[in-house]
Amino acid sequence: MGWVMEYAIEVRGLRKSFGTQQVLHAVDFHVKPTQIFALLGSNGAGKTTIIKILSTLLAADGGTARVAGAEVGREPERVRRAISLTGQSSAVDEALTGEENLVMFGRLRGLGKLAAQRRAAELLEEFELQDAARKPLRSYSGGMRRRLDLALSLVLRPELLFLDEPTTGLDPHSRRRLWKIIEQLSRDGTTVLLTTQYLDEADHLADHIAVLHEGRIAAHGSAAQLKSALTGQSVQLHDDAGGLRAQHATDGSLRGLRDALDGFLGQGLEGTVALYSPTLDDVYFEITSRSNTVTGQGEQR
Amino acid sequence: MSTHHLARVRHTAPEWLFTIRSLRHSLRDGESLLLAIVLPVMLMLLMTAVFGGALDPTGSYVDFVAPAIILTCAGFGASTTSVYVANDLKSGIVDRFRSMPVRASAVLTGHVLASVLRNLLATSIVLVVAVLVGFRAGGTLLDWLGAAALITGYILAITYLFAAIGLAASSPESANGYGFILLFLPYLSSGFVPLESLVSWLRPLATYQPMTPIIDTIRALMLGGDPGNQWIWAVGWCLAILLFSVILGSWFFRRRTRR
Repeated sequence: MGWVMEYAIEVRGLRKSFGTQQVLHAVDFHVKPTQIFALLGSNGAGKTTIIKILSTLLAADGGTARVAGAEVGREPERVRRAISLTGQSSAVDEALTGEENLVMFGRLRGLGKLAAQRRAAELLEEFELQDAARKPLRSYSGGMRRRLDLALSLVLRPELLFLDEPTTGLDPHSRRRLWKIIEQLSRDGTTVLLTTQYLDEADHLADHIAVLHEGRIAAHGSAAQLKSALTGQSVQLHDDAGGLRAQHATDGSLRGLRDALDGFLGQGLEGTVALYSPTLDDVYFEITSRSNTVTGQGEQR
Repeated sequence: MSTHHLARVRHTAPEWLFTIRSLRHSLRDGESLLLAIVLPVMLMLLMTAVFGGALDPTGSYVDFVAPAIILTCAGFGASTTSVYVANDLKSGIVDRFRSMPVRASAVLTGHVLASVLRNLLATSIVLVVAVLVGFRAGGTLLDWLGAAALITGYILAITYLFAAIGLAASSPESANGYGFILLFLPYLSSGFVPLESLVSWLRPLATYQPMTPIIDTIRALMLGGDPGNQWIWAVGWCLAILLFSVILGSWFFRRRTRR
């Protein structure tokens, strides 16, 4: 296939309501092939709803969504062949062993018995689950369960992988491990769409971040772009207890820094100096508080 | 790994893969498995050794009661299907199957087929115990085949009904609760005592409920008697329950998995 798709996922004007509650208001975004794309948002922002629509589980009320070139509403079978979904609630079979789960998913995807067994063995090794291969999933730790959950999505290498909050509830060590796996998948050519409520996760993993707030994409770009959209760095002066005593905006240059320090000295202030760069948290809080006021005005009208 | 494998097994129906899955569940669900084996034995011993002497001093009560115990135990065995189905919906695994190029409704078929196989095993155990406590079989091979077919049909119908209940229930716990009511039906039939011995207000219910013709027919076939036209009612009831449950089940499945 010499032909390369421009976008692995294209979402335009996507709308969805449950009863009277509108969960998605005209959501637009697109994901390039092999990108890791993060949908960042708090609980109830609509992240899972988007994943469900894109993985053919839920029909949208309006707008279009194309996944791997196929329209989700019209050609669900084509979409299903291209994707793998690892949902939020570790949908694995608790009563089966890790190996049995993998073989079953392999066979459901059309592998023969032998091929499915071979693939299961490969994945167990790759995800460092050999020791637990013959144990029922009930006995797995949270991290092991997530790894198996992810492995189940990879029995046949999917074109696109949807991960709904892949690291929620994991300890930092398991989290790092999962991040490495996800990065490797993207390097190997899989497009990854993940949702997360953790800013550092989006910051660390994603090539592109869309901030979802109250059913709208409130901002998007790379982590660096989102951060630089905010006011730049500042020099902060802290007292001994760590409290902020004063701050001075700066452009990060030597001269700017000296101006800031001169300012503090001129006011006769003392304390510890720190150079502060905005984090993704700042971006997130800035964006969400801004769109809060926008919605507030809308309601008054 | 060749295309040979891929080509050959593309034909493995998901129904069969899910049946294997459900059978594994049954084997690993220790409590249910124990119940499936112990309950028939206990019920049979209770009915024959404790109540049997009072109900029929000649000692042939076991001949009378065996079909009812078979159906009661099949009901118990089938009722776990509702919990399995409700669990699958709750855990999200059905959604995961739906996101794959697989017939997701095959999960249900798998649960039903596994339940039928499991309950046929339980039925065999009941029969063995019955023979051990003095059941004297009559009837020709053809009669027995007929009885086996009717028992299988009943198990299939009641399992489908429980699968539908599992789809309708909001949680595995409530699925369990709904199912419990159905398990009393065999007691209100001609299965454990003759209809004539029931209080008058209960008699019409017992006469016209599905259990009575089904049990009467199985009893007649196993003992070599003549079921008369009760067998038509028996087969009719099984088909009606099956049809009702399949329609109800697919309606609820569509509702629970609506896009």
